[in-house]
Amino acid sequence: MQVPAPFEYERATSVEHAIALRTQLGEEARFIAGGHSLLPMMKLRLANPEYLIDINDLDELFYITRADDEIRIGAMTRHRELLDSDLLAEHFPIFRDAEKVIADPVVRNRGTLGGSLCQADPSEDLSAVCTTLDASCVIKSTDGERIVSMQDFHVGPYETAVGDTEMLTEIRIPLKAGGGSAYEKVERRAGDWAVVSSGVAVWMSNGTIDDGRVGLAAVGPNTTSIGPVAEALRGAAPSEEFYEQVGEIAAANCSPQTDQRGTAAYKTHLAKELTRRSLRRAVARAQGQEA
Amino acid sequence: MQVTMTINGQEVSEEIEPRLLLVHFIRDQLGLTGTHWGCDTSNCGTCVVLIDGEPVKSCTQLAAMASGHDITTVEGLEVDGELDPVQEGFMQCHGLQCGFCTPGMMLTARALLNADPDPSEEVIREAISGQICRCTGYSTIVRSIQWAADHETDVSVGSAS
Amino acid sequence: MTTTEPAPDTTEEERPIGFGRLLRKEDPRLIRGMGNFVDDISLDGMLHLAILRSPVAHARIVSIDTSAAEAHPKVVAVITGEDLAAQGLAWMPTLSNDTQAVLATDKVRFQHQEVAFVVAEDRYSARDALELIDVEYDWLDPVVDVRTALDADVPVIRDDLDGKTDNHIFDWETGDEAATNAVFDSADVVVSEEIIYPRVHPAPMETCGCVADVERVSGQLTLWCTSQAPHAHRTVYALVAGLPEHKIRVIAPDIGGGFGNKVPIYPGYVCAIVASLVIGKPVKWMEDRTENLVSTGFARDYVMNADIAATKEGKILAVRTNVLADHGAFNGVAAPTKYPAGFFGVFTGSYDLEAAYAKMTAVYTNKAPGGVAYACSFRITEAVYLVERIVDCLAHELDMDPAELRLKNFIKPDQFPYETKTGWVYDSGDYEPAMRKAMEMAGYDELRREQAEKRERGELMGIGVSFFTEAVGAGPRKDMDILGLGMADGCELRIHPTGKAVVRLSVKTQGQGHETTFAQIVAEEIGIPPEDIEVVHGDTDNTPFGLGTYGSRSTPVSGAAAALVTRKVRDKAQIIASGMLEVSVADLQWDKGAFSVKGDPTKSVTIQDIAMRAHGAGDLPDGLEGGLEAQICYNPENLTYPFGAYICVVDIDPDTAVVKVRRFIAVDDCGTQINPMIIEGQVHGGLADGVGMAMMEMIAFDEDGNCLGGSLMDYLIPTALETPDWETGHTVTPSPHHPIGAKGIGESATVGSPPAVVNAIVDALKPYGIRHADMPLTPSRVWEAMQGNHTPPI
Repeated sequence: MQVPAPFEYERATSVEHAIALRTQLGEEARFIAGGHSLLPMMKLRLANPEYLIDINDLDELFYITRADDEIRIGAMTRHRELLDSDLLAEHFPIFRDAEKVIADPVVRNRGTLGGSLCQADPSEDLSAVCTTLDASCVIKSTDGERIVSMQDFHVGPYETAVGDTEMLTEIRIPLKAGGGSAYEKVERRAGDWAVVSSGVAVWMSNGTIDDGRVGLAAVGPNTTSIGPVAEALRGAAPSEEFYEQVGEIAAANCSPQTDQRGTAAYKTHLAKELTRRSLRRAVARAQGQEA
Repeated sequence: MQVTMTINGQEVSEEIEPRLLLVHFIRDQLGLTGTHWGCDTSNCGTCVVLIDGEPVKSCTQLAAMASGHDITTVEGLEVDGELDPVQEGFMQCHGLQCGFCTPGMMLTARALLNADPDPSEEVIREAISGQICRCTGYSTIVRSIQWAADHETDVSVGSAS
Repeated sequence: MTTTEPAPDTTEEERPIGFGRLLRKEDPRLIRGMGNFVDDISLDGMLHLAILRSPVAHARIVSIDTSAAEAHPKVVAVITGEDLAAQGLAWMPTLSNDTQAVLATDKVRFQHQEVAFVVAEDRYSARDALELIDVEYDWLDPVVDVRTALDADVPVIRDDLDGKTDNHIFDWETGDEAATNAVFDSADVVVSEEIIYPRVHPAPMETCGCVADVERVSGQLTLWCTSQAPHAHRTVYALVAGLPEHKIRVIAPDIGGGFGNKVPIYPGYVCAIVASLVIGKPVKWMEDRTENLVSTGFARDYVMNADIAATKEGKILAVRTNVLADHGAFNGVAAPTKYPAGFFGVFTGSYDLEAAYAKMTAVYTNKAPGGVAYACSFRITEAVYLVERIVDCLAHELDMDPAELRLKNFIKPDQFPYETKTGWVYDSGDYEPAMRKAMEMAGYDELRREQAEKRERGELMGIGVSFFTEAVGAGPRKDMDILGLGMADGCELRIHPTGKAVVRLSVKTQGQGHETTFAQIVAEEIGIPPEDIEVVHGDTDNTPFGLGTYGSRSTPVSGAAAALVTRKVRDKAQIIASGMLEVSVADLQWDKGAFSVKGDPTKSVTIQDIAMRAHGAGDLPDGLEGGLEAQICYNPENLTYPFGAYICVVDIDPDTAVVKVRRFIAVDDCGTQINPMIIEGQVHGGLADGVGMAMMEMIAFDEDGNCLGGSLMDYLIPTALETPDWETGHTVTPSPHHPIGAKGIGESATVGSPPAVVNAIVDALKPYGIRHADMPLTPSRVWEAMQGNHTPPI
């Protein structure tokens, strides 16, 4: 079977230790979290790090907590914990929607939020979720920490803003009143990557959408949050016609490619249909109409 | 490098290459060949073992990462000559044919039943959905796990507690 | 019987001596992780082999530099095609008597073709060393599209073959073309459709591999191998290497699924043997998953133009087809020699036709070789898919219910044995009861009512029907051989003095449960409990010759052999019993397990008593040798023809085109049932295959010939979430020529289910005016079909 090329292995005992190792070992080192993105790449010899720094012992990075006006999630939080978290489900049901259809239950036992975001696969679901929720990423280094928005976090396909001496440690999601969110995905088979998926978050008051965002996966080089959709959502009153319109805006603003998962025409259609569905459900949830 | 872990209740300590995959450590170094491998991409689940009671695809873990943890393989399901109800269920309900995916399926079933002693068919299907069986079409695997749920004893191998 | 309930516990009392539900003898080791699969084998000093493969589909090899790999401290040897050529081993025969490169010498002809191999002290180092081999290729245009493979200006792939100037392999035809055309010319209704069966792969969970161990002094080769046909493999090695068979022992240990993938001999096996021979140590080769998917035996890959002729009342008159077959770079089809298109001739299906004609052209392309079955008896899956799809197209045109159309056209029970218009003699059949039973289990009329209501509301629900007749159990040896080896199977039975038995088979389980089923056959015939009967198989040194397990042939051929060898032993037992009871043979009657005197049941001897007498002291009847054993080689007089009726129910989300298989009803008739539990399991597995092929499985290529299905991320196999809880039932129509009336069940469901699923999906799309859409019906393809495009580019 396929096996990785040789490397040296270090197990980090704290975030500081991990960053120190990374700084010392330089660009040939990679962090390994759940390993479910990195190890397959290494087996194919598409990734050949000289050092792996295991961060699975960093208990300080496993958490989902509420802090005043935001939810904070440690980068090592595993998919399974995101799926099971009632706190997340209460504030951001989009997480549970998405986690139900990410990979499979066994992979979800190991794969992590930070690992998923750092893989920066354009078809990856949690990137779309975090983009939808306007999350920001806490990136630490020996110089301290910086906070980067999801838009800036993903530099390109498989490329992130995390530098060679840095570490993604936390994802922060702003809590705002009147929120509702939902996620819809079409896949060829359970556990497959998305043909297309669409996440929607809205924040409403008095029956009107004050603010809203859409994140689409697998429709372009990066998980896309579509500006024109956000504009259309702002100040709108929800209706079936309106959901349809927003779906059309989403479809008009993505650039999928034909591959084995589907034709570009089908993916464009899905961008519309799934955005319409997510929006409908997000609005319902914001209005307390659906769990 | 040196790794030390508990395998089926026994502590083992071995010198390994850092890149050694857990599945190869278990199969080639420890000779526990009941754990299989079937793909390279964490899709098939024939390599599932329990790490601290949770099913994990051992082809996508380094042996180094498992150091300090508690591993259960199929060889650990039978305790003192008593088959796990899951093993008995797979025999009773024809939950296996070639037997290649079976160890992984049974370990996932054991972890499921530890967490949920009376799972619905839907829950069982979801639990095994990361594991491929080419022989059975899954219905008899579902029945096997239901059989085990109906015949649970106080056996609880691999539970996290 | 409908068997959807969890099975009851088997108690001691219920355990049958003979046919019936019996827990498997294989299971106690497998559920303990104590199986012995090829990769579990570890020998002292064993080395590991890894194969370097071509990154491109078609290229001339300019040079290979192995020096860096050879310098790797743990590398023992690096071998190229040139090295093999020096030994005359660079090429080997395929199962179709073509040649295939073991390692490429002149050029590579498909992406991932074998180019060189490394032998190293451990498998990681072997892999590492592959990275150190430097090959320079001179790129050639690849032939990827089967439709253009015979065009004048395309490159000739097989320029290694003398005088080869094109990519043509063979033309083949069956049936009466003129008569068929005449029927078509005068028919009320003719429906035509291009139907594609894409390239798929059996993808067993265990990949292919072997451990080769050549003992240096004696020259004895032992090969532990993932082989469905150990005896056939041994003879091929003997012929190629010029070694006597007794110097070669092929052992197929536990096998993690085969489905046809483990029928051929692959270059890796030959490489491992050569390596062990050269180095003098045991050598293991195990494929990784990519190697399995991209280089070993694929299945199908037929472009079929189908025509069906009928009266306007729905009497089917004739079927006609023209097939273009993509065989890849080497013709590796596994089929009897006289049948280059396998048993595709059964494309006339289960219907009483006036005429039928098929023409086929097979071509080389720059793709992996193969053309094995994938749980399908020699191309019957393609044949059944063709006829069951085109019959549905006819139903669509006539606006007839597809089940009614089938019922109207079935071959009638009194027509059996029935000779088809392509010359196949169906042994027995009673089709209507199977169809009616499936319809009853499904609640067919109620489903149609529900569908009508849903259509009113714009919801998409489909009901797919298929009815198949298979031809399995190859074959009569006068007609069927592979590489000159007749398709008959031996069987040997020994009854030990204590009345325990050992039966030795030429076939080999890959999960079908031979160790149980064959013990039951012997038990049924001689009354010894199955637990007292050991089944030995998969080891050429310890079993009689025979062609192995594929094409659902184990029960039809080897099962018959087991029954007949047991009867032979029983006949001898009867003579011994006559001596023991001091009556004539004719005065004895057989009650399973004992002979008694007719009219005086108190005078009886058990088979165990007889066994002891056969080996013990004391006289035997005059002229009788001691011992109680026999051996036979069974040559089937005909194929067996299992059949079945399948109904699939799907729901489609009209907005996303996502298909959910809601129900699947399967009524199978495999003749006499040996172990209903195992039969049900065989059916279930095949049904999942059908869902896979219909909805997701495909080995696709890009325009450069790069394989797009090289991992289980890309080659999708159904999980527990895409497959419903199967609803199975059966009828029993024994085979008249099989000693126990059994027909074989291993592949029925794989053959019969794809058209049921596709027919259901197409049926659901009827409001869109759709009559056909090509597999795999992924959401994208279903949606494209809804837009009027039935074969999208991907």
